[in-house]
This record gives sequence, C-alpha cells and structure tokens, in this order.
Amino acid sequence: MSQETAFEVEAPAPDQVSRTHVVKRVLRNPLGLTALIILAVLLVVAVCAQWIAPFDANHADIAKTLAGPDATNILGTDSAGRDTFSRLVLATQTTLLAALLCAAVAIALGLPSGLIAGYYSGWFDSVAGWIVNMFMAVPGIILLLTIRAAFGPSVWISMIAFGILISPGYFRLTRTAVQSVRNELYVDAARVSGLSDARIISRHIFAVVRAPIIIQTAIVCGIAISIQSGLEFLGLGDPAVATWGVMVSEGFTNVYLAPMLLVWPVAAIGITIGALVLLGNAIRDALEDREKVPRSKAVPTIALASTNRVVIPADSDEEHLLAVENLAVGYPQRGGAIKRVVNDVSFTVDRGEVLGIVGESGSGKSQTAFSILGLLPAEARILGGSIEFDGQYTVAPGETTVSQSRLAKLRGKRISYIPQEPMSNLDPAYRIGSQLVAPMVRTLGISKAEARRRALQLLRDVGITDPERTFRAYPHEVSGGMAQRVLIAGAISCEPDLIIADEPTTALDVTVQADVLDLLRDLQKRLGVGVILVTHNFGVVADLCDRVIVMQQGRIVEGGELREVLHYTEEPYTKRLLGSMLVGKEPMTMLTVPEGGEGS
Amino acid sequence: MLIFIIRRLVSGVTVLVALCCVTFFLLYYSGSNIAQNILGEFATSDQIAAKEHELGLDQPLIVRMLNWFGGALHGDLGTSWFTNEPVTQSLLSRLPVTLALIVTATIGIAILASGFGIAAAVKRGGVDRLLQTGAVVGQAIPEFVFAIILVTVFAIGLGWFPATSSIAPGAGGAAWIASLALPVIALVINGLTSTAQQIRSAVIGELERDYVRTLRSRGTPEPVILFKHVMRSAAPAGLTVLSLHFIGMLGGVVIIEQIFALPGMGALAVQSTTLGDTPLVMGVVVYTVVIVIIVNLLVDLANGWLNPKVRVS
Repeated sequence: MSQETAFEVEAPAPDQVSRTHVVKRVLRNPLGLTALIILAVLLVVAVCAQWIAPFDANHADIAKTLAGPDATNILGTDSAGRDTFSRLVLATQTTLLAALLCAAVAIALGLPSGLIAGYYSGWFDSVAGWIVNMFMAVPGIILLLTIRAAFGPSVWISMIAFGILISPGYFRLTRTAVQSVRNELYVDAARVSGLSDARIISRHIFAVVRAPIIIQTAIVCGIAISIQSGLEFLGLGDPAVATWGVMVSEGFTNVYLAPMLLVWPVAAIGITIGALVLLGNAIRDALEDREKVPRSKAVPTIALASTNRVVIPADSDEEHLLAVENLAVGYPQRGGAIKRVVNDVSFTVDRGEVLGIVGESGSGKSQTAFSILGLLPAEARILGGSIEFDGQYTVAPGETTVSQSRLAKLRGKRISYIPQEPMSNLDPAYRIGSQLVAPMVRTLGISKAEARRRALQLLRDVGITDPERTFRAYPHEVSGGMAQRVLIAGAISCEPDLIIADEPTTALDVTVQADVLDLLRDLQKRLGVGVILVTHNFGVVADLCDRVIVMQQGRIVEGGELREVLHYTEEPYTKRLLGSMLVGKEPMTMLTVPEGGEGS
Repeated sequence: MLIFIIRRLVSGVTVLVALCCVTFFLLYYSGSNIAQNILGEFATSDQIAAKEHELGLDQPLIVRMLNWFGGALHGDLGTSWFTNEPVTQSLLSRLPVTLALIVTATIGIAILASGFGIAAAVKRGGVDRLLQTGAVVGQAIPEFVFAIILVTVFAIGLGWFPATSSIAPGAGGAAWIASLALPVIALVINGLTSTAQQIRSAVIGELERDYVRTLRSRGTPEPVILFKHVMRSAAPAGLTVLSLHFIGMLGGVVIIEQIFALPGMGALAVQSTTLGDTPLVMGVVVYTVVIVIIVNLLVDLANGWLNPKVRVS
C-alpha cells in the first residue's frame, strides 16, 4: 500500500458516539434489556440484602423445620429451621460478591499481562504463554479441591484461586486483540507522531479490548457462580456462609421431604447465569451490528434517475452465446428498502469474443459477473431483466433469483470462472491435482487416470514447467502466479464456452500479470471461447478485449468496440478511467481505490 | 511430524512436573495433623510421632517431594495414607467408570453437535434460532443442576433409572448402561449447544471462503462441497472445542459422580482432598494431567492430518 493511502485510513478511535450507540442497541434488544433489568434487580437485592432479609442467615427456629410458606417465613424453612427467603436474599449478596471477586482477580492478572505480551511480545510473551498452557491443561475443579484442602472451605479463597485459574481467558483475549491492532496503520501513525507506548496502549489498544472484556466478564461471572455452587453442592463450601450453592446442597439432601428448598436456589442460579449470558450475547450482537453498517457503504444508494440508457450496438435477432438484458440486482436492507447494485444492464457476448467490463470498486461489475454464474450471495435479489445463455434463460424475465437448477447444468461445464485472488480460491486441505481431477471426472465422465493425464497436460498448457510436482503440491506450496495458472487450468479443464474472469491479474505481481494476460489471450484464441473480463484496469482491457462496457454505480455509462471507446469517448467517467492509466507513472495501478471493497 | 510430537510431549511433561510441584506444595500446608486424623482423636502424641515418621511427614518438604518424584519415575505413586491401598491400584479401578462416562458423552456431543451445527449453518432459520436459544439455556444452567433435575425427574419421580447406581466390578452390561445413561445425558446436554454453536460458526466461516465459490463455479454439487471440503476445514475447530469439553468434563465428573454415586475418579478426588490423603491426591493429579496431555496430542495429530499446512510446519 502506498504512502498516501496509509494516511487516508481513519483511526477507529474510541469515540463517544459509537459507544452510546452500542448501549442503545443493547437496550433496544428485548433480551438485552430483560437481562439488564434482572441483573439490576439482583444488584439491588445484593446491596440491600441486610435490610430486605427479615432474619439472619443462621437464625434457626429448631421447632419449625422444613416448614411450608406462612406469614413469618414466606418461603418456608429449611431442615435447621432457618428462613429460606432470608437465606436466599443474603446468599444473593455472597454469591454475587464472590463472582465479582473472581472476575476482578482474573482481570487484574489477565488484562495487564495480555497487554504486555501482545504489545511487546518477546520473552514475557513466551513465559506467559507457557504458564497459560499449564493452567489450561488441568481441570480447574481438581486444583480447587486441593486448594480447599490447603486453605479450608472459605468461599473467598476458592474464588480468588478460581480467578487465577480463569485469568488465561482474559490473557488470551487481550493478547490476540492487541496483536491484531499492534501493526495496524493507525497505531503505527500514533507511534510515528511520537505518542508514548503507555498513551498508545491506553488510547488505541484499550479501546479495542474493552468490549470483548465486558462480554468475557459476563461469561466469567456465570462460570464462577456455577463452579462455586458446584463446590458447595459437594459439601465443600463453608456451611456458616449462606450461598446459593450451600442452599442447593441442603435442598438436595431433603429433596424427598421439601422439594421447594431445591427449586429456589436452582432458579436463582439459572436466572442469574442466564441473564449474564444474554447480556454478553446482546453486547456481542450490538457490536457486530455496528461493524456491519459501514461495510455496505461502498454500495451505491438507491437508483439514480435514469438519464441516458446506453444501447450496446448488437444485432438483436442474432443468437448470442450470452445475452444479458436490463439486468437489475439488489440487496434488501433492514427496514424494507432495497439497495440496487446493478441497474438496467444489457450486453451480449459471442463465441470467440472478449468483452471487458470496466469500472471502479462498487460499480456493480462483479455483481453482474456473479449473476451470470449464479453465485450471488443468498440475500441478493434479481430485481428485473433476464440472462440468457445459449438460447436458454438462466434468469427468465420476472424471476427474482437465479435458477440454481438450470445453472447447475451449465456451471463448470459450459460457463467457468477465474477468480481474483489465487491463493484463497484453492481448498488448502487438498492437493492441487485432486482439485483439478475431481471436476473432470464428474463433468466429463472420464476415468481418474484419464483425468489425471489431462490435468497434467493442462498444467503444461498454462505454462507450468514441472506439472508433476505442481500436481502433487498443496496450494500453500506454490506461488500466487502459479496458483492463478492452476485456477486458469481448472477453468478450461471441462471445455467451457464462456469464461468469466474476475480481475484475474489484480492480485499478482506486475511481471506475472503480463504472463498471465498472455496466457489468457493464447488460450482464448486457441479454444475460441467467449470471455468476460471484469477489471478496473483499462490497460488489461486494451490488451485483451474486443469490446468493452464501462460501469459506474451499477449502470453502464458507455459501451462499444474497444478502438472506438479508447479513441473517441466523450464520456467524462471513461475519460477519467483512461486518464488515470495514461497519465500515471505505473499503468497497472492507476486507480487510488483501495482493494478489498470490491464485490459490492 | 515426529519432532512436533516430541516437542508436544516434552512440553506436556514439563507441565506435569510443574503441576505436581504446585500441588505438592499446597498439600504440604494442608497436612498439618494428618497423623492425628488417621489414628483418631485418642491417639497419644508418641503414636502420632511414630505415624508421622512412618509417613515421612517429619522430613522437610524438599525431601518428601524428591522421594515422591523418585517413586513416580518408577511408576510407584505410593500407597494411600488412609486405606493403605496402592494409589495406582485404586486409580485404575476407578478410571474405567470415569472414562466410560466422559468418552461416551464426548461421542454423543460430537455426533449431535455436528448434526445441529451443520444444519444451523446451512439452513439457518428455525434450526438456527433453536440452537441460539438452546445455547443460552445450556450456558445458563450448570451441569450439576441438569444432573439434579434429571435425578429428580427421571430417577426419583418417574423411577425409569436407578437414582444412585453402584457399578459392581462383576455387573453386566445392562447395569452399566442403566447407571451411565443419566450422567451421560447430563454431560451431553451441558456441552451440546456450545459445541454446536462453534461448529456452526466454523462451517459458516468456511462456506463464506473464496474457494467454496470457486468450487461452485466448477459445478461441484453442494453435498460434496459441504462434506468433502467445508467439513474438513471446519473439523479442527470442532475437534478443539471437543477436546476442551473433554478436559472440562474431567472436572465436571467430580460433581456428576457425586450426584449419581458413581465410583469414579471424581469421587476419589473429593474423598482424597477432603481427607488430605497426599499420595492419592497426587495420583489423581498425575492421572488427570496425563489424560489431558494424551487428548491434546491426539487432537494435534488429527488436526495435522486434516490441515496439510500444520503438517509441514
């Protein structure tokens, strides 16, 4: 990435607006609101327990054991004649306090160590990582049992110990988050502008880990309550202190005589942990929602007024290999609106012809290509128009989705696809050979041996010098240029009539780009197939295409024979695209649009 | 690959030694009046001193620790202070119950969670919502509470299963199954939804990868994409979650075995720590950590087989 673009990246600084945004979303989520209300009530009960509870936790009325509810003991009494309601209320205080203690210990240990390990790496990271692995290797409860044996049945000591045991969760979370942003540009920029490490950590990095920490804390409190109650249920708790776990244990002993004694503390545990889990989920959802919104920013907004519909010069009576007519594609948005990403697009492609579709990111060119392949995301809707391949509709007029059953017969056999990013388009788990052989065996109905022979020939055809070795290699063992050759071999393996190439050279080194373009041109000439070349690069178009259409914001702004468009265009947008190629020093990287926003 | 295994084993053994030291250290402070506890409250101080000498309690910490490690290296984990039974022997008699419980539960979780997780990832909609709700419930209710509910309803209330099972060494298969059914169900319910959710998100993540689109463009049928390609790449995530659950269950059975009165290792752990029976506690720790190391190694090997990139490095 160039120096200029580096400074265009905006620091996702912790701004007040987005934070209140998340809080609002949590509150608007009914489950999140319920969870918050439950937790608030529990908190009030815990804080005011001494005033709410009519009796002391251990105040026993020996004459009145296992009694049912009455005016004095509204939830009855337990086997020692103690008031169940009072114990339940006072237990809320102890249980929650113990859980918070556990979380506090875990945060105090995990957060700073995670920050340091993630930010500075080095020996501290190795040592901390090793200790964390040790903690994770042993079931916590076994160690807790040992600690109880050593220090006695105090709920506080066991929760401190459990806090230590569970701190690796915070450590890992913080470390991963910090590592992911440490080398981000805005952190670099902050470092260059002379901010101290402490400032960077507190300003930028802490902002990244804050939300995950809150979610983790909700979960940890739940686990702490669960573990604590579990220990106490085993009879390993401090019988003098009323907690929910002690009450469950007591209730289980008398389950035949007074089952309700079991129900109350179990319900309290379930509701509390449930509220914590729901709160964690609500915060996570709110955060994910916030991230989703700017992602669709690149999508052009609702239909621009239709001004000049460009008609591609084509003889309408003739049979074309592919005919796209008035195609419109859109994505339903929250609230019922539909965002159009392709609007009123028409063109044709014939056998032996190369059509270029040129445009910036977000111009709708990839969406058009994927509509032909039937590989649009599931949410996409065809809003109008039709696509006809070799006289057969894959999208008939009036249909709202691409017919998968009709395309299943065409895809891979008659229409094939060359993707943009070579490395991510091969399955990393299988050898290159098997990824070439499987489609041929299935589509052409040939034997494995024959497919293998053909695959090796194909690899030779696409200019790979040692086909045998590439055939045996895993995708991660070959270079990007080699992988792209493999993908091109895959695309032509089943003798298609139409190849759709989506930015086939963008992800490659400049020197390899020229080779791959040469290869594409040779193959196209030799096989006589139709090709749709989707690109933002007019240089690539000029190199390969017979005809070209220029797209902007989902529409075709210009189209025609390559020569005419190159020499006589009057369209300002086309001129700009051309200009950026001719004036710039490096023809191959003419647009300043950052990659990655493509495909919308 | 061999180097990888050796490195994992070395790190596993180091963890084992470190944990043994920590545990020994902790137990040293708890064992102040062990001899008194063993002999009963009417023992004379001479008897106590003699017992302490017999158990080596009069020696300094470091000597005791070294003695223990010396024995452990020869496979001798000592004898229980309270029952005089060799530690290895009592652990080996308990291990089958615990392993049967955990292994069955893990298999159950694996099968059900894959089914639900994949269905939720592919179909979304109803299955997905069911899973999300189930996950909240599953996380909200601790497994011992599930176990209590199961005991109360199905064993005590309906009488379908034995409430407290005792697995005698000579008991037949049917008795085993009947005694293990409820505890296994409790463990499965607890681990099911969270595992299914992990599998769901792993499958969704894989389905969104570029190579899946390219496979589709090559005319690969959806079932082949899902089961040959996506599942293979999503499997390591699933296996890792399962191994975490397996380790978690080693702790979880401590409570589960207590509720169902199963004579497993968990029950032994509670009993030995409560009494301060150092040799037995150390034995439990050693066995648990060794099982954890083996499980982690198996998962690493499986992931290496599934992911060629790991295999190379």
